[in-house]
Amino acid sequence: MKRFLILASAFLLLSGCSNNWGWYVVDPTTNTGWVNLKFMASGAYYTIIMSLTAILISVVVGLLVALPGLSTKRGWRMFNRTYVEIVRAVPILVLILWVYYGLPALSGITLNVFWAGVLALALSDSAFQAEIFRAGIQSIARGQYEAAQSISLNYRDTMRYVILPQAIRRILPALGNQLVYMMKMSSLVSVIGLQELTRKANELVVSEYRPLEIYTVLVLEYLVLILIVSAGVRWLERRLKASDT
Amino acid sequence: MTIISMRNVSKFFGDFQALKDVSLDVAAGERVVVCGPSGSGKSTLIRCINRLEAHEAGEIVVDGTTLTDAPADLDKIRGTVGMVFQQFNLFPHLTVMENLCLGPRRVLGLTDAEARARAMSHLERVQIPDQADKFPRQLSGGQQQRVAIARSLCMEPRILLFDEPTSALDPEMIAEVLDVMTELASTGITMIVVTHEMGFARRVADRMVFMDNGEIVEIGAPEDVFTAPKSKRFATFIKQILNH
Repeated sequence: MKRFLILASAFLLLSGCSNNWGWYVVDPTTNTGWVNLKFMASGAYYTIIMSLTAILISVVVGLLVALPGLSTKRGWRMFNRTYVEIVRAVPILVLILWVYYGLPALSGITLNVFWAGVLALALSDSAFQAEIFRAGIQSIARGQYEAAQSISLNYRDTMRYVILPQAIRRILPALGNQLVYMMKMSSLVSVIGLQELTRKANELVVSEYRPLEIYTVLVLEYLVLILIVSAGVRWLERRLKASDT
Repeated sequence: MTIISMRNVSKFFGDFQALKDVSLDVAAGERVVVCGPSGSGKSTLIRCINRLEAHEAGEIVVDGTTLTDAPADLDKIRGTVGMVFQQFNLFPHLTVMENLCLGPRRVLGLTDAEARARAMSHLERVQIPDQADKFPRQLSGGQQQRVAIARSLCMEPRILLFDEPTSALDPEMIAEVLDVMTELASTGITMIVVTHEMGFARRVADRMVFMDNGEIVEIGAPEDVFTAPKSKRFATFIKQILNH
């Protein structure tokens, strides 16, 4: 496997030396290449800010949708199921287009591209967050609720001090996955014109006409971002585990 | 004075009737030990008293409050009744001290310092003040159960329910928990204890209750029921327990 990877990357590099490749467009040693690289990397700002904002909102919405799903009352559970099933059924790209072009016509509220993107991503992800929270909360033993009841804690305090702190430790790896997923899906917001990584790359391709090289750099940009996020989530997991013992 | 009054209480789990028309009065300060084979309804009986289970028929009055689903009544009951569980049910993500302070701070509105002082006094009472800053899993089973008892005491209940408090413990740890319970019994708190520890029952109980098939089969002072059991089922049960 390792040998295959080395061979494959060597092949790519060598073939880059042939006339088919034009690494000059992103060569940091030349002036144009450096300017192009900076132009591409500047898209990271929106990719990161949008993903983080969207995940924060979707975690909160997801939790608010998950809680009625755990109710003993049928009506509350129905609300949870309906929300999750409907939101999960809409493709993210369609949701982005609908929020940006459809919502203003429907409600008169016009969102700029950034907030339209955040809203669509958060909405779409919240259905998955709701399912993650529901599973995490359901995994906490009944005895914990009974102990909380036996010392008269109300529902809010039971959730806040007893159930959620334990549930969040268990679902942290899944939340990390969602953040990675969110970063990748944020590339779709390029269709409504937000200047994030993918949009910048697209614009550069149009002016330079070197799609192979530019999109390869784009792949590497996402790879680096996501490796950093993964490392961050692993660090957080280790820290929470350490505080447990 | 009667502090718990159960009148013709029935409880079903689906088609299974866990309690059949059970009536029981407990006086304030009384210590009642409930025993019986597994599935006899003894846990269900005490779980109905603080409404962890809702009964379907009959009436339960605890300290003057009739048990219904009304949230205000529930708060009142749970403030009066504490419970110690077979599996301890400590909060694993909180230290011993935090386990003890949570209720007093959030429910009784004590300040941090007041709650800690109260928690410490109860930890001393169950003889583990030095474990205050540890997490539950760092303690032995016997220590965990004593923390659970201290957690209940921090709410200053008038009634304390024990649901098989020593059944999950290794034999060498049973004594330390029973010692704490014996000490508690001398303080005048009302105790209802589901247990098979017959030595403890003899020493501490004012009354023994024997349940089978969801019914109270035998009830009376320990010296009477042990020496002259009226029912055959109870006689067989004690023989099995004492000979195992």
